[in-house]
This record gives sequence, structure tokens and C-alpha cells, in this order.
Amino acid sequence: MSKNGQIYRISGPVVTAIGLDAKMYDVVRVGDEGLMGEVIELHGEKAVIQVYEDTSGVRPGEPVTNTGQTLSVQLGPGLLTQIYDGIQRPLPILLEKMGTFITRGVDADGLDQEKKWTFEATAKKGDKVEGGQVIGTVQETETIVHKIMIPPNMNGTIKSIKGGDYTVSETVCVLDDGTEIAMMQRWPVRAPRPYKQKYAPDTPLVTGMRILDFLFPLAKGGAAGIPGPFGSGKTVTQQSLAKYSDAQIVVYIGCGERGNEMTEVLDEFPELIDPNTGKPLMNRTVMIANTSNMPVAAREASVYTGITIAEYFRDMGYDVALMADSTSRWAEAMREISSRLEEMPGEEGYPAYLSSRLAEFYERAGRVETLEGEDGSVTVIGAVSPPGGDISEPVSQGTLRIVKVFWGLDAPLARQRHFPAINWLNSYSLYPQSLDQWFKDNIASDFPEIRTEISGLLQIEAELQEIVQLVGSDALPVDQQLTLEVARMIREYFLQQNAFHDVDCFTGVEQQYLMAKAILTFQSEAKSAIEAGGMLEDVVNVPARSNLMRARFEDNYLNRIEGLVAEMTKEIAAAAEEN
Amino acid sequence: MAGKEYRTITDVKGPLVFLNKTEPVAFGEIVELRLNDGSMKNGQVLDTSDDLVVVQVFEGTAGVDRTTGVKFLGDVFKLPVSKDLIGRILDGAGRPRDGGPEIIAEGKADIIGAAINPYARQSPHDFIQTGISAIDCCTTLVRGQKLPIFSASGLPHNDIALQIARQAKLTASDEEFIVVFCAMGITAEEYNFFRSDLERTGALENAVLFVNLADDPAVERLITPRLALTAAEYLAFEQDYHVLVIYTDVTNYCDALRQIGAAREEVPGRRGYPGYMYTDLAMLYERAGLVKGKKGSITQFPILTMPGDDITHPIPDLSGYITEGQIVISRELHGSGIYPPINVLPSLSRLMGGTIGEETTREDHKSVSDQMYAAYAQGRELRGLVAIVGEDALNERDKQLLAFSGLFEDKFLRQGRYEDRSIDETLDLCWELMSTIETKYLVRLDQQWIDKYHPDNKE
Repeated sequence: MSKNGQIYRISGPVVTAIGLDAKMYDVVRVGDEGLMGEVIELHGEKAVIQVYEDTSGVRPGEPVTNTGQTLSVQLGPGLLTQIYDGIQRPLPILLEKMGTFITRGVDADGLDQEKKWTFEATAKKGDKVEGGQVIGTVQETETIVHKIMIPPNMNGTIKSIKGGDYTVSETVCVLDDGTEIAMMQRWPVRAPRPYKQKYAPDTPLVTGMRILDFLFPLAKGGAAGIPGPFGSGKTVTQQSLAKYSDAQIVVYIGCGERGNEMTEVLDEFPELIDPNTGKPLMNRTVMIANTSNMPVAAREASVYTGITIAEYFRDMGYDVALMADSTSRWAEAMREISSRLEEMPGEEGYPAYLSSRLAEFYERAGRVETLEGEDGSVTVIGAVSPPGGDISEPVSQGTLRIVKVFWGLDAPLARQRHFPAINWLNSYSLYPQSLDQWFKDNIASDFPEIRTEISGLLQIEAELQEIVQLVGSDALPVDQQLTLEVARMIREYFLQQNAFHDVDCFTGVEQQYLMAKAILTFQSEAKSAIEAGGMLEDVVNVPARSNLMRARFEDNYLNRIEGLVAEMTKEIAAAAEEN
Repeated sequence: MAGKEYRTITDVKGPLVFLNKTEPVAFGEIVELRLNDGSMKNGQVLDTSDDLVVVQVFEGTAGVDRTTGVKFLGDVFKLPVSKDLIGRILDGAGRPRDGGPEIIAEGKADIIGAAINPYARQSPHDFIQTGISAIDCCTTLVRGQKLPIFSASGLPHNDIALQIARQAKLTASDEEFIVVFCAMGITAEEYNFFRSDLERTGALENAVLFVNLADDPAVERLITPRLALTAAEYLAFEQDYHVLVIYTDVTNYCDALRQIGAAREEVPGRRGYPGYMYTDLAMLYERAGLVKGKKGSITQFPILTMPGDDITHPIPDLSGYITEGQIVISRELHGSGIYPPINVLPSLSRLMGGTIGEETTREDHKSVSDQMYAAYAQGRELRGLVAIVGEDALNERDKQLLAFSGLFEDKFLRQGRYEDRSIDETLDLCWELMSTIETKYLVRLDQQWIDKYHPDNKE
């Protein structure tokens, strides 16, 4: 049987071939220029192909060749610090081969095939090995040790293995059945990589953002959605997470977003220092950039490319965080392709399988026991860009049904320059129950109670604000006025955080706890001072309180909080006595 | 194969022509139609297969019948590019409209335009002074940015765009901008307004105009901005110019897109606009920026009118997700006689933070702009409250903020159509206005800038 076919029809990124012997999801080369495509539908003799590059100028009758492989990525040393397009072509290589603009018909390996890596064998001759087992290591970047694993679905006894300098495709290990194993393996992006079992998450992903860690924590291995209208700070939030979260590996997917934003990340990350290791952030980062004007089919593939790379690092026993900005653009790519296929649309023109695709994607997150028996996790944080900021649309709804953490960005807050503009009234996290033990063990035994009190105060504030809108705050009784003042302190001192400030950008959980405690101390001290006859105005305006609040922008705040709080307590008591 | 004429049209529907059985025709290929009366039309292949070819006719299908001759020209749409483009006026399909000669091409460029490799981009950081206080202070324009004006019918967005075109300059160097102006479905009157203004100020010599007017074929509108951006790319990245692209009105462009989508019986997305409108708009907006190793730049200033003043309408909404901010024109401010009626509250420049400061504008810029914004926002909010409880119920701080919001509009926003304020003048004006508020209420200002710039301390 011949594997070659001919183009029958071209309609934008969708090409129909005739006479092609193909299976679903086979990767094919289309036309004289050999554009990369993937078979997405079979109709009798005809195969429908989505093409990852621009199809202008391609004619019916040109050849289509089947590579016989499904869309897969190259996995091995060289992934970290790299920036790829949606189908794992390194952008620096494309720049070299094509110049400033991305043209087409150029193929590029995901991993550098020339570079030699120093492989240290950890397994030895005669060892019985199974898929997923680590047989050696490579120091890939300063901070990350890349573990070389037997590809899943493979096993045997090692006949020979030898350390030394190798390229990624050279054989480092031979099994007794003659199978040669190189450092590089391939994996089809649409298939989840195997693991032994999934665990319930029990450790928080510490992000350093107070509102997230303290009020709406995300677990390592969990999934979160960040919906928000344009200008509400989705990208800044995603980038902060990529910078400061305590994952060991970060995969950042710029899916259908702005070119300049990716450039900014590229400029910034090599300069930024990872607070957890003290080394440049780039060392732990893999980036995928398929900007809004790059081909849609590659955009559709980009999230799969990203998550497969994330799973691969998870299989080494790392905690991986994956940011996808934005999943709405991915969904739109699905919609565009679906409409070219003339499929019956579901809601708002999206394909009927939208929600199941979303679910499948988020389900690839999780904390697992790897094939080797290690603990690894993939945490997925997906930005959603709902049209008009209205989250009743299908992508937001499909996402919310699956994720357990919802960080709702809010245009009015952004307009008040309250950043991060995460609405504390409608956001939620379903993880506190599973994470509270961790917080109790590692931070403080009353951590959950403090959290409940803080969020309770915010809730009360919302109710009081409704009254204030009508009658003004002076009409409220003094104790309620104090509550408003405390809530304002929560908002301005605790929830607002400057992502661009050297110190304020990251707050450890312990400090978050102390800051929350400081607010509650202020509340109780002010309350007793007022009961003792102090004037509200005097009590809340003690200078030590603004010192306490302002000092969070200074270094070493963690160790100074207690002193500052004691000062404040003293001044409040003094304010009461003056009367 | 080019040269063979087919007479195999089976269907004509709206702007689309369907043909049977041709030799293999390329996707995106340019088509010439010869009508029976000898007149010619142009089109482009939208769908091609062994049996059927769909052609979109730019000039509309009036007069086309089944005997119309169709010729495939063997190539995709290309614009002849040359430095001679500067100073010329072309129509929506790139033909001279000013009675001048054909453009002598130094090269031909594919109008679809390839995406810039994100790795090849350079982050934009150069301040463009527009001379309009509201923009320079609050939504700073940066070279290489795409910053649209969100306006609505009946508002003076054209005046603002022209004022920017006249006044825009880089403070870091004295390089001038080349203006590429692209009209999509605007009225002849609006076009004459633009043209005569550019002519009068002499800017026309440094401009390229692509003009598709309201009575020109709607389908042609789909290629007009692509021609303009192709010209811009050539001038910026081959000829080292700094190019300012102004295109108006994106709403007309999107409506043309919808028209084609409907004719092709595509599944519509929101409000009947095609599902791929985001990608399509991105392919225009993303053709802005700076690239490593090239001197020139493209800054985009698209204008769109929000149907029904609705910022959640798909056109402004999708645009806002792609562009790097927006300048929102307010009917309310316009109604109170303020020009330029820019509402700074929903306006935003995403590239501002990384640009402003000591080296480009002034050290106090960030602090000042935050404080101006915050004080104005609070003052505006108080107006609502005053309407209910009266001004007497306000405390001292609120009274000052309320008064400030009036001054903000009257002194800071309001300026003449030919008034060109330098960034220093703008920031000094800010300080003057902020000094009407007691310093203790100006919590967003750094003390060091108060010491240095506050009028009380300046003497």
C-alpha cells in the first residue's frame, strides 16, 4: 500500500487528501513544501488534515506524505531554558533558518542533536529495568538534574550502560533484547504519560501571592482557572506565578496571546532570580509561544505539547507547574478548525466536544506516584479570557466544572488599581480541607481559624458597604465603623500586592500568617481601646499602624513584624488613655 | 496555467463565485474576472478542490453571470513595494488613486504577512510624545505599541488621531514618523477631512494612504489593511523608517468579515461575527513592533467605533484582548464640551510601566500618574454620592477630591486641537492641579517628588 496521497481540497488550515493511507492523528507532510499537518478526520478515501502552517499558494494535486507517526515531542536534556512554538520547534532555530518572520516548510528538532551532555549512569549492568525507571542523570542546568528514564512500555535487563558525553540520540544503554536506549525519547502529545496511581493533593503550591496562598490556596497537583476580562491582570498574575511559585519546573504556554508579552518574558526571565534556589529563573523554565497571529492549528497543539513536557518532568519526581495563557484562545482554535470541518456546533459555535477536551486537559494535572515509585506532580493554571468578562460563556463554564480553584479577576478592582485584581467574594478554593493539615504542621496550628476570620471580615464588609452606599459611613455605629477600617486594612495591606516591587512581589506563607495576625491584633486592640473610651479616629490613626503597613515594602519584614505590632498595641492603648 | 480562462461558473452568491472543474488552483490565488461588457474584477480563492473553486470577488459580483470569464493568475496577492510609496494615495486594492503613475516595484510582498518570531522581537521601551496630556501622562504611547482608540459614532476620534499624527515625536531622537493611513469603509467626507488636514500640515509628503470608502466594495476592505501593513512592514523593516499606522474604522472591517462569513454559510460566533475573528484581527494588530537588528518600527493606532457604546461588543472586546491597551473616548465628556474627551479610567497602556521614568519621561511620572488617576477616580465616584446626599455632607478630603475631578477635566484633559504640550509641561500641570489637594491626602506620591516638584516647595 502506498502511503502517499494527493491534495484534493484546501480551505484555510484544513486540507483534504485523497488516496492517503493514514490513521487518525498521523502526522503528514502536505504539498511540495512539506507543510506539517495532522490527520483529524477520515471519510472513506479522504483524509482531513489540519495544517500547522499557512496554506496560501498550495494547490490540489500536490503530494501528501504520511510520516506514520502521531504528533509527538522530543523529550530529553535540552528542554529547559528553551522557547518553542506550538509544535516544539525552537524559536531561536527558526530565527536562524527563516529570519525575523516565521515562514513555512522548515523543520527543526525540539532538542539540539549536536550538543553533548554528560551522562552519569545510576543503573548498572544486569539490573532489571522497567518503563519509567531512572537509569542515569544529566546536570541539565545549574539547578536541575535531568533524570534519564527507560521509556514507558519498555522493560528488560541492562546488557550495557556507560557514563560519558553523549548527544541526545546516541545510545547510552542497551537492554538484553538488543533495545538501544538514548537519552531522548518521543511521546505522542495527545496521550497522557502513564503513572502508577494518583494521590490526593496535600501540599500547597506556594505562590508568594498573599490572596492566593492564604485565602484561596492551590495544591501541588491541582488545577486552577483564572478568568478575567482584558486589562484585569491575567497575564501579570500568570507571570508572577511562573516567577515565584515553589514548583521545581515551570512550563509556560503563551497560547494565542501577544507577541510583545512573550518577548517581555524572554527578556525578563534570564535576569530574574528564583527565590527558592537563588539561580536565574530560566534554569527551571520551558516556554511555548504560539502568538495570536501564528497558525491556529499549532495553537491547538501547543497546550498538548506543553502538558506532555510537564508530565515528562513529573515522571522524574519533580513538582511541575504549567501555566496556560490563555485556554480561551486554545478553545477558539478548536472552534475555528471545527467550523472548517463543517461539524455541527455546540454552544456559541464551539464544538460539542469542547467541555470534554477541557476536562481531558485539566485531568492531566495531578499528584502521582510515578512508574518508579517517586512522588511527582503537575499543577495546571489556566487563564480564561471570557468575552466581555462574562463567565457564563462555554469556556469559562467548562473550566469551572473541572478545576477546584477559581481565581476570579475583576475589572472594577483593576480599575481601582487594586492588584492582584482577584475578587475575594466570588473566588474559591476547594483545597483548604486537604491542605489545612500542612498549614497546621508547617505554619501554625490556628492557621485555618485565622483564615476563616479574615474572610469573614471581608464578607461582613461587603454587607456593610451596601448600607454605606445609602447613608454614608458616619451613620454606622462605632463598632461597625471599626470593622470597615479593619477590612480596609485587609484590602490595602494584605490583599493588594505589587507584582513589580522587589520585596512585595513575594511573601512567604509564614509572613502571610503574621500579617493576618497583625490585622486581627489591630482589631482586638482597637476594640478594647474604644470600649475603654478611646475615640475611633485617634485609635485607628496611630502612626505605628501605618509604619506597620508601610514596612512590608522593606527587607527583612518577617522578623520585624512582631516588634511593629507591639509598638502599635502600645500606641493604641495610649490613645485610649488620653481620653 | 496562468492565462487560461474558464467559463465554468455554477453559482454566484453575494460576493462569492463558485466554479466547476479547473486545473489545480492554489489556495489564496489571485483571480481576474472578465465580464461580458469587457469590464474587469478581481478576486481571491477562498476554497479550492479538484471539483470546485470558491472565489471571493473584491468589487462585488454585480454583473457576473455564468458566462463570465475567470482567469487564475498563478500567484497570491502581493503588493509592489518601493520607497516611492511615500507621498502616494492608493485605493483599497493598492491601485493609484491620486492620478499618479503606477508604483515601480523594488520588490513584491505577500500581503498576508508572516508572524514575527517572538524570539526576534525587541521589547518596546521608547516614549512617544503625543502632546496630548491625557495620553502622555496616563496612557503613555510607546514606539512599537498597538494602542487602539475605542470610540463611538459622533465622537471626535478622527480629530484625536490626526492630532497624534501631527504631533507624535520621539523625545529620545528627532526622527520623524512616516504615517501609513488606511481608510476602511469611512465616508468620503471623513476621508477628505483626513486628507486635507494631512495636506495642509505638509504631512502628506511623509504619508502613504490606502483608501477604501463606504461606497467601495465591502470585500475589498478585507485586503486594504493588509496592504497598508505590508507597506508599513516594508518601510519599517527594509527601509528603517519609524512608521505610525492609523487605520479606521476596524468596525467596518469586521462587518465585512461577517458579510463574507455569512455568504460562505459559516457557523457564526457571537453576534454573527465569524469564530475566527480573533485570529483574523490578531493578524492585523500583531503586525506592530520592533525587531532585533532592524532600525525601523511599526506603531499602530487603530480606531474602532463601539456599536451602541458597548465595550463588551465582540469588536472592542476581541481587540482589547490583542492590543496593548486602549484609549477610551467618552460621550459624557464630549457632551460637557471637553476636547479631547478621553476617559482615562478605563483607558490603559500596557507598555507604559516598562517605559516611563527618569530616562525616558521624568522620574516622578509613575508616581504622578498613579496619584492623578486615583484622585480623579475618587472624585468621580463622589459625584454620584453628592447627587444623593449633597455636597455639604462631604468631609474636607472628599470636598477637595470632588473639586479636583472638575479641574482634572477642565484643565488637564481639555486642550486645543493644535496645542502640543511637552511631557514636562504635562507633568508640571499635574502638580499644579494636585496642589489643590492637601498633601496629606496625596498618599500615592513619593515624598521625594513632593519635595522636588510640589509648587509649594518649588520656588
